[in-house]
Amino acid sequence: MPQDYSYFPGCSLQSTGVAYDESVRALFALLDLKLHELPEWNCCGATSYMSIDEGSAFVLSARNLSLAAQAKHRDLVTPCSACYLVLKKTQDYVEHYPAIANKVQQGLQAEGLPPLNGVQVRHPLEILYNDVGLDRIKHASVRPWRGAPIACYYGCQLVRPYCDSDQQQNPTHMEEVLKAAGIPTVDFALKTKCCGGSLTGTIPAVGQRLNYLILKEAIRKGAGAIVTVCPLCQYNLDAYQADIRKSTGEAIDIPVLYFSQVLGWAMGADAKALGLQRSIAGKQTIKQWFAASEREEKAHV
Amino acid sequence: MATKLNFSERTIKFQREADPEWARQVSEHPGCEGLFSCLQCGSCTGTCPLSIYMDYGPRRIIGLAREGFRKEVLNSQTIWLCASCYSCAVHCPQQIHITDVMYNFKREAIRSHLYPKRFAIPVLAQEFYNVVRRNGRTSEFLVVLRMALRTNPLILFTMWRTGLDLLRTGRLKLMSEKLKHVPFLPKEDA
Repeated sequence: MPQDYSYFPGCSLQSTGVAYDESVRALFALLDLKLHELPEWNCCGATSYMSIDEGSAFVLSARNLSLAAQAKHRDLVTPCSACYLVLKKTQDYVEHYPAIANKVQQGLQAEGLPPLNGVQVRHPLEILYNDVGLDRIKHASVRPWRGAPIACYYGCQLVRPYCDSDQQQNPTHMEEVLKAAGIPTVDFALKTKCCGGSLTGTIPAVGQRLNYLILKEAIRKGAGAIVTVCPLCQYNLDAYQADIRKSTGEAIDIPVLYFSQVLGWAMGADAKALGLQRSIAGKQTIKQWFAASEREEKAHV
Repeated sequence: MATKLNFSERTIKFQREADPEWARQVSEHPGCEGLFSCLQCGSCTGTCPLSIYMDYGPRRIIGLAREGFRKEVLNSQTIWLCASCYSCAVHCPQQIHITDVMYNFKREAIRSHLYPKRFAIPVLAQEFYNVVRRNGRTSEFLVVLRMALRTNPLILFTMWRTGLDLLRTGRLKLMSEKLKHVPFLPKEDA
């Protein structure tokens, strides 16, 4: 029996995070989970919109919740940590502040949309852990892992401040899911340290410093790659390694992947279907781990 | 090592310069209720990944705010450096939603034009806001481009390599997307 979910990819998953969208879709298809993209979804507002105007920020993000309330499936999956947080925060504030609830209600009515009741905001990682379960992941994982151990990086907004199913200070779902798929992980103390968010674009020196600390610690722990749950974390850690090499003089070149990419790989998806060619850093390692063993497999058949 | 003292710059604050009424108004805003329950323990500043770059740490911002030092708070770089990682909020023993308090200050700083000019962070937020209101979705490329043009166009030269990498890997979307029906959003705060 396939399970069905509404799907809210968010703006990042259409540009810098396109590999996340590709790999989540591929992974869910392999597990017989169906994603139904919300029609005409809009930007969640992220961290920036809220910095300018609060009232309409909640209406903006509530519109997506309302679309999901209208849809057939009220479990709304969003892979992006910022979208996840903003949608959850909207539900939280609407529930606790009547003034905000009124504003949102009026905004939705003006758009001819129903109230946002009964929607459950969910993250793909939590779905894998709770709905699919470690046993099924273990059985579905057909490829042996040829790569080095991995550092699981959660970043901020998936676990803070709304953390429904994992432990907030020391989340472990990603490690458990990867382990079930036969992928070894390392102890990683900086797993919920901030990557700097949009600071890499606004004050590069500060943003890149935060990224450097995370990359360096992962390497020091013996990780061959970092795996993330957030498109902005992935972009920050992946895209600025050349700049960081230049400013620090250190030979940092480590792949930064999505958890959905390595899991999809373990379950037999193509490297291309998972968007593995879209990584910027650690290209050699990625080739060695994925493209080469894919060729080997084909030779055996 | 002798520290050079600057006698012309006053480092203490006088009560009469504060506006306690403003502090009271802040504390009535959704999410900011905890303002007066702060213990000044410094857990927020200790856990903040950006406090070392701030002019005031989050603890001092809360301290200044609850006394009513409006101008110092709204003029600070601190409120803009906050990257919304929520580390302070989850570590606060008084459960103050410090991140949301910072958002409240950001909005007031924009409304009253008190933010540091040509500072990239508030400009990025404004451009993001404008693009989303116009198109219903954001475009990373457009927002960053407009931010650079408004603050320091030369920064574009330091971005070319990243841009090229993104273009090569199919991750840079140059065209921005516009919804068929862009949601109508009443402007209330701004």
